[in-house]
Amino acid sequence: MEACPSVKNILLLDSEGKRVAIKYYSDDWPTNSAKEAFEKSVFTKTQKTNARTEAEIAMFENSIVVYKFVQDLHFFVTGGEDENELILATVLQGFFDAVGLLLRGNVDKREALENLDLILLCLDEIVDGGIVLETDANVIAGKVATHSVDSGAPLSEQTISQALATAREHLARSLLS
Amino acid sequence: MAQLVKKDDDRDEEAEYSPFLGIEKGAVLQEARVFNDPQLDPRRCSQVITKLLYLLNQGESFTKFEATDVFFAVTKLFQSKDIGLRRMVYLMIKELSPCADEVIIVTSCLMKDMNSKTDMYRANAIRVLCRIIDGTLLTQIERYLKQAIVDKNPVVASAALVSGIHLLQTNPEIVKRWSNEVQEAVQSRAALVQFHALALLHKIRQNDRLAVSKLVTSLTRGTVRSPLAQCLLIRYTSQVIRESSNSNQTGDRPFYDYLEGCLRHKAEMVIFEAARAITELNGVSSRELTPAITVLQLFLSSSKPVLRFAAVRTLNKVAMTRPLAVTNCNIDMESLIADQNRSIATLAITTLLKTGNESSVDRLMKQITNFMSDIADEFKIVVVEAIRSLCLKFPLKYRALMNFLSNILREEGGFEYKKAIVDSIVILIRDIPDAKESGLLHLCEFIEDCEFTYLSTQILHFLGNEGPKTSDPSKYIRYIYNRVILENATVRASAVCTLAKFGAMVDSLKPRIFVLLRRCLYDSDDEVRDRATLYLNTLGGDGAVVETDKDVKEFLFGSLDIPLVNLETSLKNYEPSEEPFDINSVPKEVKSQQLAEKKAAGKKPSGLGAPPAAPASTVDTYEKLLSSIPEFSNFGKLFKSSAPVELTEAETEYAVNVVKHIFDGHVVFQYNCTNTIPEQLLEDVSVIVDASEAEEFSEVAVKPLRSLPYDSPGQTFVAFEKPEGVTAVGKFLNVLRFIVKEVDPTSGEAEDGGVEDEYQLEDLEVVAADYILKLGVSNFRNAWESMDPDTERVDEYGLGPRESLAEAVGVVINLLGLQPCEGTEVVPNNARSHTCLLSGVYIGNVKVLVRLSFGIDGRKEVAMKLAVRSDDISVSDAIHEIVASG
Repeated sequence: MEACPSVKNILLLDSEGKRVAIKYYSDDWPTNSAKEAFEKSVFTKTQKTNARTEAEIAMFENSIVVYKFVQDLHFFVTGGEDENELILATVLQGFFDAVGLLLRGNVDKREALENLDLILLCLDEIVDGGIVLETDANVIAGKVATHSVDSGAPLSEQTISQALATAREHLARSLLS
Repeated sequence: MAQLVKKDDDRDEEAEYSPFLGIEKGAVLQEARVFNDPQLDPRRCSQVITKLLYLLNQGESFTKFEATDVFFAVTKLFQSKDIGLRRMVYLMIKELSPCADEVIIVTSCLMKDMNSKTDMYRANAIRVLCRIIDGTLLTQIERYLKQAIVDKNPVVASAALVSGIHLLQTNPEIVKRWSNEVQEAVQSRAALVQFHALALLHKIRQNDRLAVSKLVTSLTRGTVRSPLAQCLLIRYTSQVIRESSNSNQTGDRPFYDYLEGCLRHKAEMVIFEAARAITELNGVSSRELTPAITVLQLFLSSSKPVLRFAAVRTLNKVAMTRPLAVTNCNIDMESLIADQNRSIATLAITTLLKTGNESSVDRLMKQITNFMSDIADEFKIVVVEAIRSLCLKFPLKYRALMNFLSNILREEGGFEYKKAIVDSIVILIRDIPDAKESGLLHLCEFIEDCEFTYLSTQILHFLGNEGPKTSDPSKYIRYIYNRVILENATVRASAVCTLAKFGAMVDSLKPRIFVLLRRCLYDSDDEVRDRATLYLNTLGGDGAVVETDKDVKEFLFGSLDIPLVNLETSLKNYEPSEEPFDINSVPKEVKSQQLAEKKAAGKKPSGLGAPPAAPASTVDTYEKLLSSIPEFSNFGKLFKSSAPVELTEAETEYAVNVVKHIFDGHVVFQYNCTNTIPEQLLEDVSVIVDASEAEEFSEVAVKPLRSLPYDSPGQTFVAFEKPEGVTAVGKFLNVLRFIVKEVDPTSGEAEDGGVEDEYQLEDLEVVAADYILKLGVSNFRNAWESMDPDTERVDEYGLGPRESLAEAVGVVINLLGLQPCEGTEVVPNNARSHTCLLSGVYIGNVKVLVRLSFGIDGRKEVAMKLAVRSDDISVSDAIHEIVASG
């Protein structure tokens, strides 16, 4: 067993299995076509399941995939076959909720594509090279959203948690300096 | 990003609307020129980067030139102070993964960011820099990274620690210098910092057992804040337990209390990790296992599918080795059969199949029947395989299980699924003699309506081998001949073969078979007609019942003892001429092992083909091989072939292993040699055997190997005569002798004239177990009682102090070389006594059953009572002799 919990990939696909945003951390799928084949098999196998209230789980060759759907978006997190399923589910939940916060509750494909930069930054803050960086959705969204604050978006447009995160950040910085 | 939407020209609000509709790489690369503007527009630049990232995300790739171009353009963006843009720049640099000489351009910018006041900059700059950096640059920034590890901001500390984990793979000696800082970070109050620090610290010290043990000891007593770190600690703890096993004699496992305590943690992730760790402990006792099973049982009824899955998967694994421990969960498992998630349902079923006892089989089968109709083929295959092993475990229940298999065989299903069922039936027929007749009939009914040519032909072939040996072969003829009438040419041709086999083996059926075969002479297909003609002529189809010649049978139905590859090349090389093709000219030596292995790998092993009955088929191949060598052909029937014994260390110049073939009055050593030196060709390879320590053996024949090229295994043989029916034992000293020739590596040609050389091999022993064949019985008690009690010999032996009861049992089983029955080779933990049942066949085809009762006392002294029954009383004595002298 890999001593440190690790994530093989995170996928965000649409309701036809097309990519919205993806990030691979392992070499299990070296080429783009291998990646696409994996995404296709994951999508077709999970398509008919009801993963809207609770995260669902499925096994693939050498991998476990946990997934959750909302509107026309399908969220997947893949780990090794010996990985603790609940750790993967926690990562998925963190990603899922963070995207919800960042898209201010309007979680669908169109909104996700229009805010693709946020989604990509979000992926970047959750896992680094396969190692879990953060699983708390509020913290993840906070880290991603700081930039829209600094680029002058009015405070009223932020969610409470983002505002809190920013406030914490400001406070910490003033204490440190 | 709202602006980006407006700028895009496509305003049609279709369902397929996307801000990236019609995006094109060339155009975006053009757009990237805005990065060079003297007046940067951060918003627009961010958008362009997003577009580039989108393209990469969709699988588009940049050429080396394009990537370099974009990279240089992106580096210009460090001038902008916009935080959002900077984050996108970081992302972009990571995606482009620039080469070493490009990295230098951004190093200074990133180093500046690493020391910025903005935490976000620092954390991200560290992650980017560590991703692209090489060793020399790393030493320059090492100082900053060490500081970052103990930074007050958890995000910065985590970034540095995670980067450390990645860098440890490429620059271990540098990262190892940070362990003081990392140790400090382990004490951090921030949950995730502690997690990352723990992971890095363990990686740094993983080769130092003592240090890991110390780390675990101190942390299991202290406080670990994050559930993730707790999971890590559980993993490290079980590693320490694994490595320190057997050191503790008192029975209390170190750290077990910690694991058990974690079962009461508030995070499910930790509870599960601990429960799983406990189930995976080496030789876990029932007392240790119980609390873990209890929490997993609770998870089974959770509302979360992930939790149910995790629990049932772990219990399934436990059930493989400790079925009894899981039986408590059976009721919860049964309700999971109806689970929405079919993976969970399948795992539940297969667990139940493992934990079920003989009496619950029928009820279980009823439940599964309902379940089978609504799952996908891939799950069905798993269930079929579980049922097959259940049937082998409870041979008495074969009727119910065979019925189940035949029922599902009739239902809809794809090829792989049907093949799994057919394979299972074939294996059951092979292993459970009672199941043979009904199994064959089920297969017959299946081919009456089978859409898969492959399966039909395989079943027909199998039927031809097994059918004639049954009590009433005639009842199968109808099914076979129906194939000739109804099916496609491939199936018809193999049906003709099967008919002919029945005709050849069962004399009473011969006239009727000939009538049927004659009808096949009018078939529309050449192959079918040819086969029918061949069989009619060779089997003497002139209506008279004649004893079919053994040679003819061998010619028609014996397996081809020539590698197909060799035959193919020989046929290709054959030029049509007056001279007919001579099959004897085809080399019998397997040319290249690799080629054969590749072919085998490509074709999935099937129950119908050969592999599941692997032991039997290797004996077959050995038998074929040996009988094809004239010197050995009069040795009679091969009794047993041992598993290969290595005579050389791994990775030596020449790899040699030996297979001992035991005949009634002879022993043949088959030396499998491999030459691992590309520059050498070995010729006239033989093994010189010194049998001075094996008095009863005398050498009668040697068959050298003509040539042994690089990496293509070959065999040489040495045969010995020994007194018939005697289990002669002895030690043999071996030396490999050969002529070595240099090979020109470029041309592959061997030079003329070689040098004689020798190579010392390890000694080989023939032991008593070589004369005993492993053969299980399905019901030991019945078999035991059906044997004459007068042949029973009982005696007691002291085995002296042993490490454990299991070790003692293993030693005796290996010594006797008999087959353990009914799973009695497994000794429960902490058992003070154990009974082990063995069965087999002694040379001369004498059936032997052995009952071993072991007991162990406080000083680990093991005593054993050995009871033997066999068809021949002298064999019972012989078994005792083996133990007495072992």
